[in-house]
Amino acid sequence: MKKTLFDKVWDGHVVQQIDRGPDVLFIDRHMVHEVTSPVAFLGLKNRKIKVLYPERTFATADHNTPTINQHLPVQDPLSAKQLEALENNAKEHGISFWGLGHEKNGIVHVVGPEYGITLPGATIVCGDSHTSTHGAFGAIAFGIGTSEVEMVLSTQCILQPKPKKMRITINGELQMGVTPKDVALFIISKLTTSGATGHFVEYAGDVFTNMTMEGRMTVCNLSIEMGARGGMIAPDEKTFHYIKDREFTPKGTDWDKAMDYWQDLYTDEGASFDEEYFFNGSEIEPMITFGTNPGMGIGISKNIPDAANVEGGSATYEKSLNYMGYNEGETMIGKEIDFVFLGSCTNGRIEDFRAFTEMVKGRKKAANVTAWLVPGSHKVEKAIEEEGLLDILKESGFELREPGCSACLAMNDDKVPVGKYAVSTSNRNFEGRQGPGSRTLLASPIMAAAAAVTGKVTDPRTLIN
Amino acid sequence: MAYDKFDILKSSAVPLPIENVDTDQIIPARFLKATERVGFGDNLFRDWRYNSDESPKKDFVLNNDTYSGKILVGGKNFGSGSSREHAAWAIYDYGFRCVVSSFFADIFRNNCLNIGVLPVKVSPEFLEHVFNEINRNPSTTLTVNLPNQTIMIDATGSSESFDINPYKKDNMTNGFDDIDYLLNIKEDIKTFSKDTPL
Ligand code: SF4
Repeated sequence: MKKTLFDKVWDGHVVQQIDRGPDVLFIDRHMVHEVTSPVAFLGLKNRKIKVLYPERTFATADHNTPTINQHLPVQDPLSAKQLEALENNAKEHGISFWGLGHEKNGIVHVVGPEYGITLPGATIVCGDSHTSTHGAFGAIAFGIGTSEVEMVLSTQCILQPKPKKMRITINGELQMGVTPKDVALFIISKLTTSGATGHFVEYAGDVFTNMTMEGRMTVCNLSIEMGARGGMIAPDEKTFHYIKDREFTPKGTDWDKAMDYWQDLYTDEGASFDEEYFFNGSEIEPMITFGTNPGMGIGISKNIPDAANVEGGSATYEKSLNYMGYNEGETMIGKEIDFVFLGSCTNGRIEDFRAFTEMVKGRKKAANVTAWLVPGSHKVEKAIEEEGLLDILKESGFELREPGCSACLAMNDDKVPVGKYAVSTSNRNFEGRQGPGSRTLLASPIMAAAAAVTGKVTDPRTLIN
Repeated sequence: MAYDKFDILKSSAVPLPIENVDTDQIIPARFLKATERVGFGDNLFRDWRYNSDESPKKDFVLNNDTYSGKILVGGKNFGSGSSREHAAWAIYDYGFRCVVSSFFADIFRNNCLNIGVLPVKVSPEFLEHVFNEINRNPSTTLTVNLPNQTIMIDATGSSESFDINPYKKDNMTNGFDDIDYLLNIKEDIKTFSKDTPL
C-alpha cells in the first residue's frame, strides 16, 4: 500500500490498536518543562510509580524564567516554586535536567534540535502546543495536555486516534524580503485558525525544500495556529547534515542503521491525503497580523479587510478590531508601535538574529520603541556574541536578554503594558497574550527590525538596499 | 486523576456566543504557576470577567446572575491555541461538566475528555438554535445524554446526536482514565520499546 510520510512514522509506532478506540502510540522522546509537568509528576506520586524510561525524557526550564539576572534567585515565589518542583522531580526520576543557568538551557523547542534530541522518524511530545516545531526533521511531534504528560511519563505511550492527513504544496520562488515566517502566516491567513483541525500536515514543494532547517522549524512551529495537530517535512540531506554528530543523535553503526530507516521517510508517489492545498510561492508578501488570532494576517501592502468580506461572524471580527484599536480598510503601514519582541520558539534561533541584525546594522533603534531581544537558548546567545552580532546590535542601541520564552506568553516580567502595541516574532496575538491588555502584531524578524528602527510598522523591503 | 462519572446531564446553560475562544482567554498564562491542581475555577475567563482593579465586569456573562448551569455553550472553534490543560481544569473547577460548540480545537477537546468535561459538537444550526432559546429564556434547560449520544433542548424537544469515540465514552461513563488502561499493557510496551532504541 502507498503510504504518506506521516503514515510511515505513525504506523511504525503503534503498540496496539484499541477496537473502535484510539491507537496506543509509542513515544520515542518526551520533553518536559516547569509549567505543564508538576501536576503530572504529582499523579505519578499518587499512583506510586516511577518514570518508565527516564533516558527518553528531557527537562528544561523556560516558560517561567526571568530574562535578566538569571544568576540571582528567582524573585517571583510562585515561579521559583515551579522551577524547584521541576528540578526535584527530574532528580527523583533520573531525568536529564537543564535548569536555569545550565549551558544547555533554553526554550524546549530550540534546545531539542540543538542537541539532537529531535530526530527524523521519531515520535516526540511535550506539554506545549508548539511541539510541532520538531516536525521540520520529519518527526511526528505534537503538543499534549498534563494528563497526557502523566501518561507518557508513566508508560511512554499515549492514546491517540490517528489524525487525518493534509498536504500543503507551495512551489515557486519567494520574493525578496519574504521569510519562512511570512510563508506560515500566509498559509494560516488562507486556511484560518481552525482550517487544519483534526489533521496532520505535510509541507511539500520547492519553497520548503529550499528552506534552511531553521526556516522549516518556523513553518512547522506555526502549524498549530491553523488548528493542525502538527506539521512535518520529509527529511533530506540538509536534515541529516544538521543532526549529524549532535550530542543525542545515534553514532557509528547506530547512525548507519538509523539512516536506513530515515532514507525511506517520504510520501510514496500516489499516496492519498484527506485534504490538499496548493499555493504559489511568488504570490506571498511580507505578512503582518492586524487582529487577535494568527489567521488575521495580511500582506503588508494590503488593507485591513472589511467585516463583510471575512468568513464567520462579524461580531467576533469587530470585537477583535476594537481590541486592537484598528478600523476596516486601514493600511498597517505607518501604525505607531511601542515594543518589539525578537524571540520565542518560532523565531528565536541564530538565523533570526542574523536577519534582524542585518536589517538594523548602521541604523539606530527608534526612541519610542522598547526592544526585547531574547535568544532561544544559551547556544544561540553564545553564537550571537561569537559571530559579532552583539557588537552591531549594541552599536544600534539594542541590548540582549537571557534565554527563555519571555514575552511570547508573558508569564515572567516581560509583559507588554495595557493598550501598547508590540511587533512580535512569536506565534500568538491573542488578547492579553503578551500581558493583560497588550496588542500584538505578528511578523518576521526583518519586519520586527524595520519597526524597531523606524518606530512604526514599515515594509521591510523599503529598507533593503 | 479520577473524576465523576458522566451519564445524563440536565441543566440550564451559560451562553458565550463568541468564536475562536482561545485557551489564553479561558485561563491567562499568569495563572499557570501552580504546582497543584487547585483554584483554577476562580480564574476562569479572568480578563473577560474582571477589571484590572479586580472588580467584576458587569457585561460578562459569568457575572450575570440570569445565567447559570453546568453547561457552557461557546461559539465556533472553542479552545484554540495553547495546549494548557489548565483551561479544561478551570472549566471543570468552575462547575461546568459539558461544553457545547459547533467546533472544538483538537488538544482542548482531548484535554476535556481526559479530565471529565464532555465536549459536545453540534451543527452550526443547532448551536444557533440553542443560543436563541437561551436568549428567549435564560433558564431553559438542555439534556445531554451520553449513553445515547444526544443533546436536546428540553423546551422545544429538538435534539441532535453527537459523536464520541466509543473508548472515550466508556471511560467517561465509568470515570476511568487512560493511564489505568496503559499500565495494564506495560509488558507489551516494554517489548515494543526494545525495537525502538532511540
Ligand atoms: S516560546 Fe512561546 S510557544 Fe514557544 S515554548 Fe515558549 S511559550 Fe511555548
